[in-house]
Amino acid sequence: MTQTLNLTINGTARAIALDDPRATLLDVLRERIGLTGTKKGCDRGQCGACTVLIDGRRMNACLALALSHDGASITTVEGLAQGCDLHPVQAAFIRHDGFQCGYCTPGQIMSAIALIAEGEAGLDPERVREGMSGNLCRCAAYAGITEAVLDATRTMKGNAA
Amino acid sequence: MNLFEYTRADTLEAAVGADGAILAGGTNLLDLMKIGVATPSRLVDITRLPLRGIKDHDGGLRIGAMVSNADLARDPRILARFPAVAEALLSGASPQLRNAASTGGNVMQATRCSYFQDPLSPCNRRVAGSGCSAIGGVTRNHAVLGWSDACIATHPSDLCVALAAFDAVVEIAGPTGTRSVPMAEFHPLPDAVGVPPALAAGEVITDVTLPDPGGMARHARYVKLRERTSYAFAIVSAAAGVHVADGRIVAARLALGGVAARPWRAHAAEAALIGQPRPWTPLPMPPRWPCRVPRRPATMPPRSCWHSASRCVR
Ligand SMILES: Cc1cc2nc3c(=O)[nH]c(=O)nc-3n(C[C@H](O)[C@H](O)[C@H](O)COP(=O)(O)OP(=O)(O)OC[C@H]3O[C@@H](n4cnc5c(N)ncnc54)[C@H](O)[C@@H]3O)c2cc1C
Ligand code: SF4
Ligand code: FES
Ligand code: FES
Repeated sequence: MTQTLNLTINGTARAIALDDPRATLLDVLRERIGLTGTKKGCDRGQCGACTVLIDGRRMNACLALALSHDGASITTVEGLAQGCDLHPVQAAFIRHDGFQCGYCTPGQIMSAIALIAEGEAGLDPERVREGMSGNLCRCAAYAGITEAVLDATRTMKGNAA
Repeated sequence: MNLFEYTRADTLEAAVGADGAILAGGTNLLDLMKIGVATPSRLVDITRLPLRGIKDHDGGLRIGAMVSNADLARDPRILARFPAVAEALLSGASPQLRNAASTGGNVMQATRCSYFQDPLSPCNRRVAGSGCSAIGGVTRNHAVLGWSDACIATHPSDLCVALAAFDAVVEIAGPTGTRSVPMAEFHPLPDAVGVPPALAAGEVITDVTLPDPGGMARHARYVKLRERTSYAFAIVSAAAGVHVADGRIVAARLALGGVAARPWRAHAAEAALIGQPRPWTPLPMPPRWPCRVPRRPATMPPRSCWHSASRCVR
């Protein structure tokens, strides 16, 4: 039976006909919408490469059954930049070399944006590391990632003030 | 993953008695379906049910089954009255998973026994009477208490350990009515052939209630030992609380995690603590995210890490 899935993806409303209920949100984003920025690493909730914002909260798209999130608003890494202006977290990752191969980076950036919005880590590197622990980096760019998150936190605070 | 029929329950009545597996956050169920350990022919999605509230309840709290692990850990009443519950939640999984994971799903999550997770290995918990591959195999994360020759697996939840310590009760709605089971007895221990299910067919967890913690709110902690600082299941853990009056312990709660198929209440140890002088100066409470680690009391020995949620040395 075909079921219709309604999602708002990066601000655009989409109605997606699903004839297989097994699709995860990750599969829908990558294979139906063509947004391949969100990565599939482990597909089992262990690496964080698939992190997206669902109604503003970070979650692992690989363990989110798409139909269960009917009606939700999704933000992926493709929805961050305004034209050629990068999101402050994207810019900070570049400034601080927060990656090597870049495979984990979209998930790291989405997770970092949520971490900063949650507002509980502040400028404490240990809390930033704990708050980013759901995002593994096989290249071990952790030092740069932590610096990037701290820097972006400062920038975004400055922008808000 | 096998093909299944997807249905969304709009009312609790539609979910209770429904034939199929309950889908909450999906962080455990979908994982098990991907590896072929869970093969439900139908999913009953309960995410739209009005089970997301945390209500005051005679000095304690009534927590809806769909309250996320993240929301529960941030609730000011949990932080003030049940700080060890918040610590247990924040020590588990990752921020992304805690946003999706529900209270009911956390209670019902399956064991992490690696043979259970491999459909090709005989496992009495998956198929009663098929044998236990863990016995004689790799058992470093297995039970030391309450096991049988049929199964030696542990329950992996951190939350449940803290809930069991503070006398939480699981509220269940079933086709024939409702029932309440203490958290510490909710997960069945293995018998001679396998492990009985915690819930009967068609039953749904609606809430978990926590009674008034009394004087224990101020002195309660959750401590978790694991292989890395963060994002790993417990090798062992403990939730503890004491009520101190006039310098002596008048009530104590202690539950152990990672050691049995259920969170293990250490009643004898609790009894032995009663009447003991307070061991050290009160810890500043409550913890906040990620647990504000209190300064090491002067009476406690220094260690590189005496609190697992943070690597600080103080
Ligand atoms: C990488 C990883 C690391 C993790 N680390 C930890 C950790 O350190 N500590 C820890 O405690 N947990 C950990 N978890 C487990 C996580 O906490 C659970 O997956 C989560 O709590 C399950 O909740 P859910 O809502 O997603 O449940 P689901 O996956 O939706 O459901 C799980 C089970 O519960 C049943 N169920 C759900 N709700 C109800 C209900 N209301 N009534 C009856 N049955 C119900 C489902 O049918 C299913 O059998 C980890 C998970 C992953 C993937
Ligand atoms: S310990 Fe239990 S879960 Fe693990 S293989 Fe044996 S029977 Fe299965
Ligand atoms: S792909 Fe989702 S957590 Fe690894
Ligand atoms: S940059 Fe290669 S995995 Fe993180």
